[in-house]
Amino acid sequence: MAKVDFAIGIGGEAGQGIATPGDILARIFARRGLNLNAYNAYQSLIRGGHTFLTIRASDGPVRSMGDKLDILIPLNQDTMDRHLRLLGAGACVLFDSDKIKPGVPAEGVQVCPLPIKQLTAGNKLAANTVAIAATLQMLGVEFKALEDALTRIFKRKGDAVVSENVGFAQTGYDYAAANFKAFPFKAPNLGKGNAVLTGNMALALGGIAAGVKFYAAYPMSPSTGVLMYMASHARELGMMVRQVEDEIGVMNMVIGAAHTGCRSMCATSGGGFALMTEAIGMAGMIEAPVVCIDVQRAGPATGVPTKTEQGDLWQILGAGQGDFPRIIVAPKDTLDAFQTIPELFNLCDKYQCPGLVLSDLLISEGTASVDPKDLDFKVKIDRGELIMPNGNGNGNGAAANPFGGANDNAYLRYKNTESGISPRAVPGMPGHIHVAATDEHDEDGTLISDEFTNPAKRRMMVEKRARKMETVLAQIAPPKLVGPEQAEVTLVGWGSTEGVIREAVEKLAAEEGIVANQLAVKWIVPFHADEIAHLLTRSKRIIIVENNFSGQFARYLRSETGIAAHGHIRKYDGEPFMPHHIVNAVKSQIAGQTELSVPEHEVMV
Amino acid sequence: MSTVVDPIPATTLAPATALTKDTYKNKVHPDWCPGCGDFSVLAALQMALFELGLQPHQVVVISGIGCSSNLPGYINTYGMHTLHGRSLAVATGVKLGNHELKVIATGGDGDGFGIGGNHFMHTMRRNVDLTYIVMDNQIYGLTTGQTSPTSRKGMKTKSTPHGNVENPINPIPMAIVGGATYVARGFSGKQKHLIELMKGAIMHKGFSFVDVFSPCVTYNKDNTYQFFNPKVKALDDLGHDPSDFHKAMDRGYQWNEEIPIGLFWKRTDLPSLEESEPVLDEGGPLAFRKLGITDEQAQGLIKELV
Repeated sequence: MAKVDFAIGIGGEAGQGIATPGDILARIFARRGLNLNAYNAYQSLIRGGHTFLTIRASDGPVRSMGDKLDILIPLNQDTMDRHLRLLGAGACVLFDSDKIKPGVPAEGVQVCPLPIKQLTAGNKLAANTVAIAATLQMLGVEFKALEDALTRIFKRKGDAVVSENVGFAQTGYDYAAANFKAFPFKAPNLGKGNAVLTGNMALALGGIAAGVKFYAAYPMSPSTGVLMYMASHARELGMMVRQVEDEIGVMNMVIGAAHTGCRSMCATSGGGFALMTEAIGMAGMIEAPVVCIDVQRAGPATGVPTKTEQGDLWQILGAGQGDFPRIIVAPKDTLDAFQTIPELFNLCDKYQCPGLVLSDLLISEGTASVDPKDLDFKVKIDRGELIMPNGNGNGNGAAANPFGGANDNAYLRYKNTESGISPRAVPGMPGHIHVAATDEHDEDGTLISDEFTNPAKRRMMVEKRARKMETVLAQIAPPKLVGPEQAEVTLVGWGSTEGVIREAVEKLAAEEGIVANQLAVKWIVPFHADEIAHLLTRSKRIIIVENNFSGQFARYLRSETGIAAHGHIRKYDGEPFMPHHIVNAVKSQIAGQTELSVPEHEVMV
Repeated sequence: MSTVVDPIPATTLAPATALTKDTYKNKVHPDWCPGCGDFSVLAALQMALFELGLQPHQVVVISGIGCSSNLPGYINTYGMHTLHGRSLAVATGVKLGNHELKVIATGGDGDGFGIGGNHFMHTMRRNVDLTYIVMDNQIYGLTTGQTSPTSRKGMKTKSTPHGNVENPINPIPMAIVGGATYVARGFSGKQKHLIELMKGAIMHKGFSFVDVFSPCVTYNKDNTYQFFNPKVKALDDLGHDPSDFHKAMDRGYQWNEEIPIGLFWKRTDLPSLEESEPVLDEGGPLAFRKLGITDEQAQGLIKELV
């Protein structure tokens, strides 16, 4: 059980410098071994608007941004006006009293005005430093931690800048000690450091661990973080990273590189993914292993570029015309994102098909702490039946026939094997010449779509490709029921909602006396239909929680298992669920008030 | 099942068997209409590869979709028959994945300048070391005769029964200003000339483009062999200097009783994309490099996060 669990909210206009204090605080907490989760609610502009960063830290698990704010740092009046009413007793608000009026807070909220002009001698850039220094003082964090952080950040700018900022920080720290009441708890130092990273960084690092040699992308929020991480590490790690003219080009280029034997990856959001879909069908048809990440944002069309949603499930299920094997996975959190990518690459190499990842803005742009020991880069590599000039380690060497291939049928790229998996030779291999065609083709790659159309062969090839999927399910872990087996409610979710649902389950038990359990689904295709049906048929009340309007997962669950849920909790306002949204919705559904709850997001961000 | 192995350059595995002209022939006979200009392009490409002494397994021919894009199925090299308009994007991926391969993209005018126009522009400016051969018949053939981006103004096709009111693009000036570093035009009716253009293109370091008048004998009654034969004039015979940008543009725009064919534009002072990327400086093709990172690299990445 967590002893300390607090959240800090920093808000202002884009461009007011919210990211840096957010980063300083997150790193200070993580260095003390605290777990944290940070979510930045922002808008599609570079300057202005309203941006609100929530950083929650605890000595116990932190799986969402939580429900409450303990410290509010409004950098402008707008933020004060929007968020002050959400503070409860025991919380505090720290603000520049020279330019912001506090309004009327709830009883028990500590109002902490900072006379910034006086404290900074008029240096406007120092206001944020003063505010975080005061925050850390009230949280019982020793000044040295902040001094170290500031030194690290400003080192590049020279000693004078470092000492100036440390000076402002000391002023703010001392002012808080003299004038404000510290929290009754202290942010502890657990004596071990945590790593801090975004979901996009985790996805990129997963690709790096898997051995990605080729990464291409077209910038699109909220997936661009993967491109930026890959690009900044490309040369040191020997990866080819390309920004391409559009997502059509991205996917085609990635397939080209994958065809030569590179592990190749790309990331985009729903709109870019829509452009990629024809090529994803090509990967299915020519049996090229590629990994594509769709970081979902609120759609349709341009939608809400900086807001989250789980609205692309059916797009990804139906991406590309015709039937072809694909693997679809929705990681549940930051660490899972890192660990899923290498596992997916192994499956894609083995089954020679596209692997599609459903992330979303919440995971990808959210920040979380991870135990560095869990960032294990020594992952298992299995490239399946791959034939390369330098061998594949599976005993398939070069063939004897020097030219071979197309004219003598010695090598059949699309051999109709029992497993459906055909040994895959890459271009450059002597003796394995073939054509990889998006037209339907025979075992040797010859087109059978035009002159040689042949129903028997067409059927054989469709079945050969489809047969590959028969053994995938056994390679991946089925979802597990978390919580008491006998429960009043089973909350079902997929992908990024795993954490917030877990917290809602804990809250239901602790605060409402409602026994709930949870089924979090990660692997979408193939789907553990039997296992899931077995678990859910014993549930008294199934409620599906998802971040979209139409209940895309509810429909999918029904199509695969025949199970229709008793109730639904859906949110499609662009903001992620908070635990109390789910708790309140479950209560009203148990009370028989509704079967479809759409929680209201209480604050305008 | 680990497949992490130390890289061996693919070239060391090249067989010693002698090449013949038939080496590049494929068992599949083209399904093009009798008299199609593409037969001559295929034969020229096979002869160019033979004369250059390139091993079939070191060559990848990559096409989009259309009549001419069936070409990879008729030549004994590695091949990819991709999606409509996407050959250059796929070819770029192949070249970057294994830059020791000779990568040749082939296709038609609709594939390359219509649906694939965006990739054409960007592949040129990147100066990827590819050869792009367009069998330009100024018509959509496989869809049975609709207007193409190179169909002349006024041309009657099934989709422009009253005559095409749009202006065509001119691929030669477009390629010159687009950043291609080898820009040529050939004609199916002049096969020997075409072979030389192709050889030059394949050996050129950078993006080489060969636009080939390849008449569609079924659907294009305007741009026929009879139309081109008396008009085409070799640039060599016209005393053209392919290093002269302005003259190259002028010749590219020339379309009258004399239509120039040959090498319009060539420059060798620009590095190709592969040469510009330090990642490819050493270690051989990316495709054959060891997967994963060292412990030291992993520790470095983690250190950035704490």
